[in-house]
Amino acid sequence: MDTLLSLLHGFGVAFEPAKLLFCLIGVFLGTAVGVLPGIGPALTVALLLPVTFKLDPAGSLIMFAGIYYGGMYGGSTTAILLNAPGESASLATALEGSKMAKAGRGGPALATSAIGSFVAGLIATIGLAFLAPLLVELAVKFGPWDYFALMIVAFVTVSATFGDSPLRGLTSLFLGIALGLIGIDKLTGQARLTFGVPELLNGVEVTTLAVGLFAVGEAFYVASKRFRDPEEIIPIKGSLWMTKEDWKRSWAPWLRGTAFGFPIGALPAGGAEVPTFLSYSTERKLCKYPDEFGKGAIEGVAGPEAANNASAAGTLVPLLTLGLPTSATAAIMLAGFQQYGLNPGPLLFAEKPDLVWGLIASLFIANVMLVILNLPLIGLWVRLLAIPQPWLYAGILVFATMGTLAVNGSPVELAMLFAFGFLGYLMRRYDYPVAPMVVGLILGPMAEQQLRRALQISLGDPMILLENPISATLLGIAALALVAPFAMKGLNKFKASED
Amino acid sequence: MTNDTRTQGANKPALLVGVLLLIVAALVGYDASQQTITSTYGVGPTAMPYVVAAGLVILGLSHFVVAFREGPPQPEEADRKALLWIAGGLVFLIACIGLGGGFILAITVVFACTARGMGRQGLLIDAAIGFVLGLVIFLVFAKVLTLILPSGPLERLFL
Repeated sequence: MDTLLSLLHGFGVAFEPAKLLFCLIGVFLGTAVGVLPGIGPALTVALLLPVTFKLDPAGSLIMFAGIYYGGMYGGSTTAILLNAPGESASLATALEGSKMAKAGRGGPALATSAIGSFVAGLIATIGLAFLAPLLVELAVKFGPWDYFALMIVAFVTVSATFGDSPLRGLTSLFLGIALGLIGIDKLTGQARLTFGVPELLNGVEVTTLAVGLFAVGEAFYVASKRFRDPEEIIPIKGSLWMTKEDWKRSWAPWLRGTAFGFPIGALPAGGAEVPTFLSYSTERKLCKYPDEFGKGAIEGVAGPEAANNASAAGTLVPLLTLGLPTSATAAIMLAGFQQYGLNPGPLLFAEKPDLVWGLIASLFIANVMLVILNLPLIGLWVRLLAIPQPWLYAGILVFATMGTLAVNGSPVELAMLFAFGFLGYLMRRYDYPVAPMVVGLILGPMAEQQLRRALQISLGDPMILLENPISATLLGIAALALVAPFAMKGLNKFKASED
Repeated sequence: MTNDTRTQGANKPALLVGVLLLIVAALVGYDASQQTITSTYGVGPTAMPYVVAAGLVILGLSHFVVAFREGPPQPEEADRKALLWIAGGLVFLIACIGLGGGFILAITVVFACTARGMGRQGLLIDAAIGFVLGLVIFLVFAKVLTLILPSGPLERLFL
């Protein structure tokens, strides 16, 4: 009952005209970046962080969430019409979707993915609204040791699930934690790793690292291997509408996709790619027309598309209730919360109910906006693909520069942006995931603080971490997650990519 | 792919990353050892750096092991000219802001160089686009957001 009341209150906040505008901008931008190959929601939110730090926190966060949801919708468009998934989460959609488009059934493919995304987004957001308060109740009882253990879980899962190799993931993570050490220690005032550079005393800005790694790094990477075959857009033929038969074959995959996407998104198990492929293979097994798979079966589009949207809502559960990011976009959104001095977690639900519930309510609105934006305006989105790539990336670099200069106009900050950008390029080139580094920079200092607090309470006895049931369980999970990838090589095909 | 790297002996990028990780670990550890403020009870500010340094040493050594097995996949040849164009633009940007050349000039060059690096052959047109973009952004920030981006001689004409 409380949840319903809070949610109702949240709708009151989300329906304010300014918030609606932010939401609309968010879903619009999100769809656009979802459509454009190579540019994902994580990159977009990172670029927007520095520009929004003076704006209303609730509005900006609503916009970020809109971008996240929108990216999931938009990705399907390119996957179906170009056979070039805009996001990794749409890889599974491309398998059947592009076949449908080639067979002249692009319209129904787009429709089933948009409506499936809508259904999944709706159910998953309801799940978020009801699951979050329960988790908050649990998290209120957490001591510093439990939070420390939770962050260790996040460290391990993030570095083990992004990319192909836990070694490379952990390397990225540890470099991020090392970056997090730079600056003045909050408990004692000791300057660490500043090497006498005054600009480093405040530490490395998360936004600078995120923009550098995601935006500048991506630009370098794309430029370094730009000789690719131009992709051909398949024009949409025939009706956009789904036939009765299409509806009959779509609704069950939508629901099953949601059932995969939401819990896996909520677990720190790495992004949207895993549930989309699980959904794809399940539909393939359950389908009454198995011979159609590989030639354009509508189930193969409906399921994965529902799964990736549901997982986006699922990711928000640990992010809002525990401050735990389980995808690259969620990590950047966490940085977004922090730039307003907000720390997601149980306290946020108590202190800023307007903001949290307004954000959750706005997700429902975003979903409605997205299905409206996506179906009739599909032609507009496809035209976006005509923007010359050089201008697109030049614009991204201009935007990145502008954001960095707006926050902190020093050449040192710009040099750091450039250095992180080049690092991001090298990491992409040699297949090191970049998201764990951002997570390390954000969560590293928090983990250190919680650990030191815990050890102060226990008078320096580290056993406190193992004596408390919650922290002991969490550390056990972390140990398991660290060993599992080595033990089960077979799971490799479900490795998550970033975005 | 695995066969290729085996015949070459060790995977060079992996070895290099291993060495770099050890250097970073040494830096972090050295910095921690030079710290003067210690906590009276609980753990002080040096504990975490030592943990991180130890982790980096382990990761560095693991890279050596991996280098002789498989290592990261060998990437395809990179387009160095493209990278140089973009990097050149960014170096100019830092210098321009550092020496007081102003935002608009910096953006003009960054836009033109990046577009060139990405394969466009119209440096002057792109520079013009970059100039207009820089001017618009500067004016929007100055007038709407009341935030003055780094200014040079050109920017002062509009203030």
